Amino acid sequence: MDKPNDNWKIWEVFIRSKNGLSHKHVGSLHAPDADMAIKNARDVYTRRSEGISIWVVPSEAVTASSPDEKEPLFTPADDKVYRHPTFYEIPSEIGHM
Amino acid sequence: MNLDLKNYTLFLADNALILGQRLGEWCGHGPVLEQDIALTNISLDHLGQSRMLLQYAAKQVGNGATEDSLAFFRNEGEFRNLLITELPNNDWAYTLAKHFLFDTFNFFQYEFLMNSKDETIQAIARKAIKEIAYHAQFSAEWIIRMGDGTEESHQRVQNAIDELWMYTGEMFVADSSSEAMTKAAVAPDYALLKEQWQEKVSQVLEIATLVKPEEGWMQKGGREGKHTEHMGYILAEMQHLPRTYPTAKW
Repeated sequence: MDKPNDNWKIWEVFIRSKNGLSHKHVGSLHAPDADMAIKNARDVYTRRSEGISIWVVPSEAVTASSPDEKEPLFTPADDKVYRHPTFYEIPSEIGHM
Repeated sequence: MNLDLKNYTLFLADNALILGQRLGEWCGHGPVLEQDIALTNISLDHLGQSRMLLQYAAKQVGNGATEDSLAFFRNEGEFRNLLITELPNNDWAYTLAKHFLFDTFNFFQYEFLMNSKDETIQAIARKAIKEIAYHAQFSAEWIIRMGDGTEESHQRVQNAIDELWMYTGEMFVADSSSEAMTKAAVAPDYALLKEQWQEKVSQVLEIATLVKPEEGWMQKGGREGKHTEHMGYILAEMQHLPRTYPTAKW
């Protein structure tokens, strides 16, 4: 007999906590199909009213950057401080941006 | 005190309490973590509903009765839950079949109770209906998955439906208290609920490629406090702590 998990794929779960915010990755779970992945996500990740919208994506559909490429991908940004918007004063009337 | 209203409130409360207690046995034993959490959530939904109903029943009982005294210090013959709610869980198919048959009944029952002439029951029903609708959807989907799944899952769920069928009859046969509440428009007409239930159950079983059992001899007694041999064990587990240490605090 198959073990229960043999045909239960892994899904990545994204939750939007309120209108206007974007979906954020919250974790992963097992489910045999997308419908049940949504239901499982509801039970595992929104029990304490964390969300108003759920996305699930099969983990195998995610392409990740390689840890070996960390240096060429990310270190060039380290010495380019001018990319941060910190070189001008924000008028106080604007408040928080 | 209105004896019929008290009995009827206890019928609703005990169905939720005993089913929730029984379902809680899956906690830590689910086939996968996600379904373990799903069943535990549902179990807690039932316990939450039973608390609201027991608080209301306690008011009617008076004499210092509380939700706890009603849950932990009543004896088997005083519980009015349907027999199907106290049956063991057995395997996954049997558990979900039991919930599917009950949840479908419960959904139509609470759909009526949302307009009950008793204001407290009406308010509780309006709060509970969202959970109950979800339970009915959850268990129906599992029946379809298993029925229309592998040969083994199909066989297991068909066996479960066949075995459980004789416990569905008493859902639709009112006791004298329920009957009085139906006349007062507090409770639905249980004989009439049967049509809605039959239609929905037939529809789901058909999608699930399962065979609906023939009408046959039906068990009864839960509504009047006559229970199966399983009830004593479930009460022993649920009640032994408060009965051994009546002043224990959580």
